[in-house]
Amino acid sequence: MKRRDMMLGSGAMLAMPAVARAQGSRVLKFVPQANLSSMDAVAGTQYVVRNAALMVWDTLYGVNAKLEPQPQMCEGHEVTPDFKTWTFKLRPGLVFHDGGKVTTRDVIASLERWMVRDTMGQMIKGRLDALEAIDDRTFRFRLNKPFSKMLFALGKNNAPVALIMPERIAKTDPFKLIGEYVGSGPMRFNAAEWVPGSKAIFEKFADYSVRPEAGEWLSGGKRMYFDRIEWHIPSDAATAGAALQNGEVDWWETPLPDLVPLLKRNRNISVDISDPLGNIGSLRFNHLQPPFNDVRARRAVMMALSQTDYMQAVVGDNPDLWRESASFFTPGTAAYSDAGGEVLKGKRDYEGAKKLLAEAGLLGAKVTLIVAMDVAITKAEGEVTADLLKKIGFDVDFVATDWGTVGARRAKKDPPGQGGWNIFHTWHAGADCINPAPYTALDAGGDKAWFGWPKSEAVQQGILQWYDAPDLAAEKAAMAAINKASFDNVTYGPTGFFQMYQAWRTNISGVVKAPFPVFWGVQKT
Amino acid sequence: MFAYAVRRIIATIPVMGIVALFVFSLLYIAPGDPAAIIAGDQATPADVERIRASLGLDRPFLVRFLEWLWNVLNGDMGVSIFTNLPVRHMIAQRIEPTLSLMVLTLTFAISFAVPMGVVAAWKQGAWIDRLVMVVAVMGFSVPVFVVGYILAYTFALQLDWFPVQGYTPLSQGIGPWINNLALPAIALGSAFIALLARITRATMLEVLSQDYVRTAKAKGVDQKSILFVHGLKNAAVPIVTIIGLGFAGLIGGAVVTESVFAIPGVGRLVVDAILRRDYPVIQGVVLMFSFVYVIVNLCVDLLYTVFDPRIRY
Repeated sequence: MKRRDMMLGSGAMLAMPAVARAQGSRVLKFVPQANLSSMDAVAGTQYVVRNAALMVWDTLYGVNAKLEPQPQMCEGHEVTPDFKTWTFKLRPGLVFHDGGKVTTRDVIASLERWMVRDTMGQMIKGRLDALEAIDDRTFRFRLNKPFSKMLFALGKNNAPVALIMPERIAKTDPFKLIGEYVGSGPMRFNAAEWVPGSKAIFEKFADYSVRPEAGEWLSGGKRMYFDRIEWHIPSDAATAGAALQNGEVDWWETPLPDLVPLLKRNRNISVDISDPLGNIGSLRFNHLQPPFNDVRARRAVMMALSQTDYMQAVVGDNPDLWRESASFFTPGTAAYSDAGGEVLKGKRDYEGAKKLLAEAGLLGAKVTLIVAMDVAITKAEGEVTADLLKKIGFDVDFVATDWGTVGARRAKKDPPGQGGWNIFHTWHAGADCINPAPYTALDAGGDKAWFGWPKSEAVQQGILQWYDAPDLAAEKAAMAAINKASFDNVTYGPTGFFQMYQAWRTNISGVVKAPFPVFWGVQKT
Repeated sequence: MFAYAVRRIIATIPVMGIVALFVFSLLYIAPGDPAAIIAGDQATPADVERIRASLGLDRPFLVRFLEWLWNVLNGDMGVSIFTNLPVRHMIAQRIEPTLSLMVLTLTFAISFAVPMGVVAAWKQGAWIDRLVMVVAVMGFSVPVFVVGYILAYTFALQLDWFPVQGYTPLSQGIGPWINNLALPAIALGSAFIALLARITRATMLEVLSQDYVRTAKAKGVDQKSILFVHGLKNAAVPIVTIIGLGFAGLIGGAVVTESVFAIPGVGRLVVDAILRRDYPVIQGVVLMFSFVYVIVNLCVDLLYTVFDPRIRY
């Protein structure tokens, strides 16, 4: 063999993958927002886990794009006028991926596990006299107090989601991760091909019982046009961007804002807002430790907090991606309120903030700011906060660390000098902030509240008022009261409302805007 | 020599024990909490505490260490805190891409660097020597990830000769296998080529100035034999040592390279595990790497006897 022949042969061999790339319109290659490191959206609340789980497990009800719960696994329900007895009937023909029939035993075991972990579930559990099976397809909640939000609780998209699993799996301790991934959703999880940190594979479930209606978010017919959905998890955003440009992946859930201009220039790629409900940035105070155990210190920060500064640091100059929002709730939703949010509007008052701190004797007080530098959003927020705190006269101890450390340290109630903290940053998905039910960060129940342990009777009263609200008007009134009380108490500092992009190859159609990737209805040519 | 090899292998046991204790202690005192990560951002502190207890992370250090050590001695490296998959299975899933990357990088680096070093020594002071030294300095100076991005941009995005990311197992054909690994191997090998070429040049210069080389030249031995038989064979011991030491460097570099090219190897596994505080996975991978490193050093020691028959164990 001549050297030239050998070179040609090698060239042909190396070109083989390019030929293979032309195939596979029944395979979708998707880059998720993060590594899929576990598969239990009841025991954990990570969004990426929830997104994967929504393909594998189905729910009794599911919200549509207006966040209205619609029947999904259920055929329908009956409720007594006092909202105390709820009776549900499952659709016929529902089967799990292992071939087992879905029965009310599975439903009850799944709901019992979910109720331990979910805020709304706990609310139901607190009012529960019995959750009982009438027959294989009918089950009933008997409550000792009215609960009008039952359908929303069963169909909500926020983790922990009320996913229905076979009874044997649902019996797992709610604080332990499940080890078997059998659902009744449109895709089955191929655990044998799962390489955590690299790829996760989902295969079409041929026996999935598709509802006749059009699919919309978590409701209606979840029609899958792919035999296989591959989640590819590059650990580097630049690699993900290059892979999308090269056609090695089809859809990227959350491209970095910095890379979006590059992607927009590529005529084979479409770019659009991913989640219409966006996110709310959060500056979280520790209410137990000085100086922020004094409400005047928290109010001083709010007087100087510029949402514009935060948002430009988080998502850049593109005004399509962010807006100021003087509210703890998601802008544009039915019961949105900005009552009491005046402190975030208008010119920032640094001198006023300094004066307030001086009155409180807190000028020059030390603030331990823990910042996860490995997460672009918290890094940007942390840097703006450090600057803000210095401007109003705090002595800032900027602790640059990673998210794993922040996650552990924020749980410590000790003084900052003994491993505790004063401020950390995060953000809340707008879908979690549409009302108080899924909104753990809003709770102001003191010791039992989310990290920072805010305490406010007025906030807690407002939340209870919302749960008992019989209609939208009453819900709006409750949320206005909560918003005002949350600003009075400064439960946390909302740093602005922002959205992220998603990007996909133009040969993909049916991509919708939602708080989670909706795979049903998506096609590839 | 056989007895020596057996003694060395037995000696790895206490070394591994010390590594195990060191790694376990380091992770124990390191900040971070896998329970908080499993629970997710919306979980309450009470939820996190319950998960920590269910994982057994609230038990004393000694109890956890001894339990883990006992399991390892019984061939059980434990189960990932997050995936519930056995660590042994996770390493087995990832070992082929990493080994493939190492082998291809070493092959590529040795086959370029050694001839470069020999030629540079032979033509000392000439333009080719200077060129080799310039390439070597560049190889040292430019970080692996920068080389990786430049290669990916040029040969994958612009020319579309290679894929940007991923790995194809050898079982699916040598063509796709090389196709996926070519750019990562070049990126990872760039610094190693630089190091190896410089060491080869320096060692060859020393050897070529020896009396026996002058004698060989005087006897009319051809240049090729002088360089590769008389010269390179006698320069081999330091070169082999550097190859062995470089292996450790490659393990570190593989972590970066696997991230840049999204190769599902052991390097990425350990980085992900560290970020999530997946203790059993970190312990398992570090233990495996240290074992491999000890074995590579043993192989290097044994190779000395091949290149220099005067060395005896």
